Amino acid sequence: MGAGVASHWTVHARRFEANAATREPAWLKGVLITVALLFFGLFLLLPLATVFVEAFRKGWTVYLAALVEPDAWAAIVLTLTVAAIAVPLNLVFGVMAAWAITKFDFRGKQLLTTLIDLPFSVSPVIAGLIYVLIFGAQGWFGPWLIENDVKIIFAVPGLVLATVFVTFPFVARELIPLMEAQGREEEEAAIVLGASGWKTFWYVTLPNIKWGLIYGVVLCNARAMGEFGAVSVVSGHIRGRTNTLPLHVEILYNEYQFAAAFAVASLLALLALLTLVIKSFVEWRGRQAMNAGQEL
Amino acid sequence: MSAGKTYRVLPGFPLTLGYTLVYLSLMVLIPLSAVFLKSMTLSLEEFWAIISAPRVVASYQISFGISLLAAAINAVFGLIFAWVLVRYHFPGKRLIDALVDLPFALPTAVAGIALTALYAGNGWLGQWLEPLGVKVAFTPLGILVALTFIGLPFVVRTVQPVLEDLDMELEEAAASLGANRGQTFWRVILPVLTPALLTGFALAFARAVGEYGSVIFIAGNVPMVSEITPLLIITKLEQYDYVGATAIAVVMLVFSFILLFLINGLQIWANRSRARN
Repeated sequence: MGAGVASHWTVHARRFEANAATREPAWLKGVLITVALLFFGLFLLLPLATVFVEAFRKGWTVYLAALVEPDAWAAIVLTLTVAAIAVPLNLVFGVMAAWAITKFDFRGKQLLTTLIDLPFSVSPVIAGLIYVLIFGAQGWFGPWLIENDVKIIFAVPGLVLATVFVTFPFVARELIPLMEAQGREEEEAAIVLGASGWKTFWYVTLPNIKWGLIYGVVLCNARAMGEFGAVSVVSGHIRGRTNTLPLHVEILYNEYQFAAAFAVASLLALLALLTLVIKSFVEWRGRQAMNAGQEL
Repeated sequence: MSAGKTYRVLPGFPLTLGYTLVYLSLMVLIPLSAVFLKSMTLSLEEFWAIISAPRVVASYQISFGISLLAAAINAVFGLIFAWVLVRYHFPGKRLIDALVDLPFALPTAVAGIALTALYAGNGWLGQWLEPLGVKVAFTPLGILVALTFIGLPFVVRTVQPVLEDLDMELEEAAASLGANRGQTFWRVILPVLTPALLTGFALAFARAVGEYGSVIFIAGNVPMVSEITPLLIITKLEQYDYVGATAIAVVMLVFSFILLFLINGLQIWANRSRARN
């Protein structure tokens, strides 16, 4: 895959390398590439390799046993459940927010865009803390919740809320610059020609933003399944009940069951790699679409 | 802008803006205000006593100091990384480019245990470093390693597109006017990259300050030595000291807000200078 991107990259780099005015001496180029490769190996490749090597240190049977064990299985199901609720919520929000921000002009738009990014700059620990302050036993709604026997903190709803918070901006953030760049003319033409708003979105906007949307959802999902700090605060760490995969990794690790901890971690690492593959693919498609647009 | 308030062709403005504002308020703004409201149950003296306690101040120094250092390391190596990816052709480049985002995609707990295993006394790197007297795991140096890992993609991904857009003519002009390659870099290229570089630096810094998952495994978590501020909030929570946790959270939130608006300003500056070039 990636003929479009590869050629684009190669051409760009080769142009600069071929020009005497814009190239560095060979030794400097060698040093820079070496430094980058060393840094890459040290900070990205080695930690990633460690996960898989440690996971298989005690062989396949221990690896598989760690994954099919009931608590691990419960953690997998819980992680999937939380993501299945949190990601669609933020998907709908992201599309709504991007439509409002990019298709209309109004005062306070810049402030709104900044506020949407807010959860990214809040520590995950604080993302958990806020829901404890609201729904915890001593929180705003604590007494009422206890009286009516509704569990939010140390239960699934708390995990979902904390996850929604930390993954809040992902889809909106991906769509806003994309839809901003695409402008409003196509949608306006559809409306003028008599299409309904919903049809316009479905047949005009959605095909244009498809890849950006997928990318946003994939990133949102990766973070939702991998979130640690925020869910750690609201989970209560009840084994088999409120432990998501990352929290299960922590418990195993703290019990010195390293092979099992890394086995579960390897599942999350695979998810991360899959995310990166989809990301590369989406970028490639995006560039292809852009090139096709330029040729027209 | 010409459409103005009276004439909108596209439908859905009240619905989408209304939904956005309600969802944003319910999920983000009102929950965050809980922190500030809770901290108001404290008198000013009590609040100050909590946030200026020696152990808390030590945690600020560790969190903010090491985050700053990690962001600086990322600025330098991120720039080299972006440069190499945009300007040179070498085998494996596409794979490296795809994996730069690994710290975004890899759950922090996984990064934490992997880095710890790597740098522990019997780990692949630890076994070589410890005989040299360099202890990384369970020391502040371990925090630096984790925060550098976490912040790596920010600088690369903000600098890379700007570098790709940079016109070759600019550098040719500098060379034809007699500038050597070093002068061209410092006087022509770097000023263009500066807004993006600073944005990436600030983003990496903001992320590092709040980071929890990857740090706690490798830090050792010794109070006054290697205890980060987010961990202190958790510790207070586990002791049911909600007010104490909230007071420290207020300090972190105020800092995050300032940084967020700073980053926003930087991004506007970066976009403008990009449009100009």
